[in-house]
Amino acid sequence: MIIAERKPIEEILEMVRAFKKILIVGCKGCVTVCNAGGRKEVGILASIIRLAREKDQNPIDITEETLERQCDPEYIEQLADTANDYDAILSMACSVGPQFIGARFPEARVFPALNTEFMGGALEHGVWAEFCQGCGDCKIHLFGGFCPIARCSKSLLNGPCGGSSGGKCEISKDVDCVWHLIVEKLMNDGKLDQLTQVKPIKNWSTSRDGGPRKVVREDLKL
Amino acid sequence: MQYPTNIEIIRVPCTGRVDILHLLKALEDGADGVYVVGCEEGDCHYLTGNLKARKRVEYVKKVLEDLAVEQERVAMYNLSAAQGPRFAEVAREFTDIVKGLGPSPFRKPAAKAA
Repeated sequence: MIIAERKPIEEILEMVRAFKKILIVGCKGCVTVCNAGGRKEVGILASIIRLAREKDQNPIDITEETLERQCDPEYIEQLADTANDYDAILSMACSVGPQFIGARFPEARVFPALNTEFMGGALEHGVWAEFCQGCGDCKIHLFGGFCPIARCSKSLLNGPCGGSSGGKCEISKDVDCVWHLIVEKLMNDGKLDQLTQVKPIKNWSTSRDGGPRKVVREDLKL
Repeated sequence: MQYPTNIEIIRVPCTGRVDILHLLKALEDGADGVYVVGCEEGDCHYLTGNLKARKRVEYVKKVLEDLAVEQERVAMYNLSAAQGPRFAEVAREFTDIVKGLGPSPFRKPAAKAA
């Protein structure tokens, strides 16, 4: 899923400083799962903003709403009746959400309440790590099931660098060296020779390097 | 057992039921302080309810810090359900702490004047 985190409170308060009536919109997708922007987090943020504004004796009126997702136009459409009633809309979805809201309601002032970070999964309750960089050409099967693009700090494709020590990456003791994991896995499986096979260089044009991407399914288009 | 009358008690089956939003709403609704009284750590019938409550109290303390408000206005206490006198002692203790901090900065001006 997409992992995001709520922005620091000071930053959000600054965004809405000039406004008296705002809408906070959550999302029941990824940001609910990573506890960043779901219905509960919308409630918490609204409460925090109200408290901060009461303290400054500059009260604010906040409406709370949570959409199924903010990455499909039909869900954004559900805001149509009220979107322009607010001084500002604070979106708690990943960055796709505020962009979709802004596109559909061009007169509205839309702000992102989250910092969208990476594609990843949960390691344990409350901890999420990056597992995928969206390179568009997945070859994890050639690397024992691990992704060296996302999980190697240098996205190396030929093996560990000199910074691999004790199974950890030199950048932090909290970051596993994925090449250590790859080599150990292939050794255990007796498939280490896979790494000696010469492969063509990676085609990065399918990644963000090739420009903003689009996926089109002709069979699904109406 | 005597303890101050300015305390509103909300009973829950386990402090694990207490959510961050409950603590924030209490402050929004004019409470000068909010404290959570849970079982001794290790004695939670549901194993981790009181541990979760402590984490949530810590979260709200951090929110108060971000808002430049005294973190002492929220607190977590652990005691056994059999410790009546300690319950009263905690009530007196927390009341004294919050009295020392003064009225909540979140109080609406009309309430402050009253």
